[in-house]
Amino acid sequence: MGNWLLPLPVILPLATALLTMVSWRRPRVQGLIAGASLGALLAVSTALLGLVWTEGTQRTSFGGWPAPFGIEFAVDPLGAAMVSITALMGATAALFSLGDADPGTPSPTLWPLTFALLAGVGGAFVTADLFNLYVWFELMLVASLGLLALGGEPRHLDAALKYFVLNALGTLLLLLAVGYLYGLTGHLGFVPLRGALTDLDGATLGPFVALLVLAILIKAGAFPLCAWLPASYPTLPASLVALFAGLLTKVGIYVLLRLLGGVLPALPAFLTQGLAWVAAATMLVGVLGAAFHWDLRRILAFHIISQIGYMLLGIALLTKAGQVATVFYVIHHIVVKANLFLIAGLVFRMTGTYDLRRAGGLYVARPALALLFAIPALSLVGLPPLSGFWAKLLVLREALAQQQLALAVVALAVGLLTLYSMLKIWLEAFWKPHPDPDWSPPSHVGLTPAYLATGLLAAVTLAFGVMPEPMLQLAERAVETLREAGP
Amino acid sequence: MIWALALAAGAIVGAGVYLSLSRHLLRVVVGVSLIGAAANLVLLAMARATGPEPPVIRAGEVELAAGLDPLPQALVLTAIVIGFSLTCFSLVLVLAIAQRTRDTDGDALRAAEPHPDRDGKPPVEGDA
Amino acid sequence: MTPRSALIRLAVRVLYPAMLAASLWILWRGHHQPGGGFIGGMVAVAATSLLAVAEGSHTALSRLPFGPARLAACGGLASLTSGLPALALGRPYLEHLWLEIPLGPTKLPLSTVMLFDLGVYAVVWGALGGLCAHAMGLDEKAAVAAEAVPAPGESGPERVEP
Repeated sequence: MGNWLLPLPVILPLATALLTMVSWRRPRVQGLIAGASLGALLAVSTALLGLVWTEGTQRTSFGGWPAPFGIEFAVDPLGAAMVSITALMGATAALFSLGDADPGTPSPTLWPLTFALLAGVGGAFVTADLFNLYVWFELMLVASLGLLALGGEPRHLDAALKYFVLNALGTLLLLLAVGYLYGLTGHLGFVPLRGALTDLDGATLGPFVALLVLAILIKAGAFPLCAWLPASYPTLPASLVALFAGLLTKVGIYVLLRLLGGVLPALPAFLTQGLAWVAAATMLVGVLGAAFHWDLRRILAFHIISQIGYMLLGIALLTKAGQVATVFYVIHHIVVKANLFLIAGLVFRMTGTYDLRRAGGLYVARPALALLFAIPALSLVGLPPLSGFWAKLLVLREALAQQQLALAVVALAVGLLTLYSMLKIWLEAFWKPHPDPDWSPPSHVGLTPAYLATGLLAAVTLAFGVMPEPMLQLAERAVETLREAGP
Repeated sequence: MIWALALAAGAIVGAGVYLSLSRHLLRVVVGVSLIGAAANLVLLAMARATGPEPPVIRAGEVELAAGLDPLPQALVLTAIVIGFSLTCFSLVLVLAIAQRTRDTDGDALRAAEPHPDRDGKPPVEGDA
Repeated sequence: MTPRSALIRLAVRVLYPAMLAASLWILWRGHHQPGGGFIGGMVAVAATSLLAVAEGSHTALSRLPFGPARLAACGGLASLTSGLPALALGRPYLEHLWLEIPLGPTKLPLSTVMLFDLGVYAVVWGALGGLCAHAMGLDEKAAVAAEAVPAPGESGPERVEP
């Protein structure tokens, strides 16, 4: 069973990418293949989650090479949860793009690149091998570069270049760190690596682990290496930016959680304390950057960075409770952030602009959209009874339990500033009358799939908020498995 | 041998960082791929470069007594392939930018991140 | 199209098929000796680039079977499929299987590895060959544009200024 299911989160999107490339002159065929594949991916990931939940961690190694030598795929509850949420995000983004919510005709290479991206993300979630992880990061990088440059206008190319330089540096540093760790231990698989690393002392490991963490922090968009994110994301169409914002930086967080939680032994204190302060700085810089901007997409892009800070804080606290908080936060954040970008796309569709100074009047014209915005926005801020409240509560409680008072104060202040940003969007785009008195929104035609997609994500947010218990259970089980046996 | 590799990797990283800090886009791309080359060299050095012995288990023996560790070579091959595709893509990207904007100066690239207005506020945009 | 040296065109007329034949030989030989799909594919990419130099990128692209993107995609699919037979036998994905068909005095060795290698060859040839020829095509367009506009830079598209 595991032999069959485990490679599928990678093989399925990869095959779909290739099939949609073969049929690139026939958009309808492409769409059918993509839809069928996303449905299958959802089914596979749910089955995987069920299998892992009942029977524990599943493993398979490619080509039948035994464990320390072959490339191994392993799925534990954490990996299965991430794969499931990836499939959900892929399906929602596709649903959103079904209508004409994204202006313009889609490029024939849109589907192949999107599925290549999903294959990379899926690969990073199921692999149990450090070098293989690098390969998936590179696949994600190439696919996302292609998607960024797809528009072909100077701003798209500009964004692609800025994304390329820092991210390529990140993957290369990851490769360097992988090389050093291999040289130290002779292993690449997570499980043998964990065994071999426990024999080494912190002073020997310190520099190499620092390099590894630095590489992943670039990928996660942490301060001060976050400049690539707000420079590139706002040029993407809404369905794609939702996918990027939901998944890409979170892969970095996931990898950091996996490595610090289950592979690397106790780290030198300067590293963990440093990571905690990086987390605080990331929160602050992100939220302050958002406060400056008036472009809806830029505000949301900066808020990705500030939220990454909370997740990093949970990891930097190093305890089980901190890691549980991070897992909960990641899953909550993927849904909320993707939804906010989708709604930004709808706001653009209604008002014809992303600039808040030129928008307005949506509360009167489209009250349903206003409600749909309020749910993820308040969840991002962290108000009860939405999912963000529990996520922030878990992080804060653990920070206070460790008497990290300064970090907790920063986290609270950033929450307030997040409220400021969301209020700004609310007041400008929804509450105030439209600056042009003759303005009226375009009719609803063709936006039903987009409303369905955002409604679905809002429902998920509400469900996590009202019933956090199952999600919390999943997060606790995921962290327990992670800490006990490694991946 | 290991010292030669270490020095070479250090020199290449230095050159790569220097080039990638340049304002000229082509240099940036070449610099990034140079850093990739240095990473490959480090990976190769991790094979415990001892001498020209091939990684072959001799007849009658059960483990590799002398010679390089073959795994890093496989890793380097993979990394080269991936790095090559990335370099290709970035070169085409720079070529396209140079043709669209007639400019290869990194500082002039403000299409995705416009300067603030004179009053210090972000410019009105997002109508695209 | 800019005029090209007749000598290069003549040489490439011989070299192109010869290089492709060599690339296939390297692919075949890679089964048990140095060589294989990637290296064979790279030789084929060299052949395509050479053709693009001699005859222009359009000709080079049109000589790729199925076109560059499809060639690469079909190759990728072939490589992915080569791992499936093992799954049907209950073995891990990508475990390769060998089969020898007796043909009178000799034997024809078949394996899923060959399908994998052939796929890699097609991916490399299609993707990189297509990319190289396409990049050269960009340059050709620029050359054509430069001929049309006497002084490039004076009347080019406006620079993107803040």
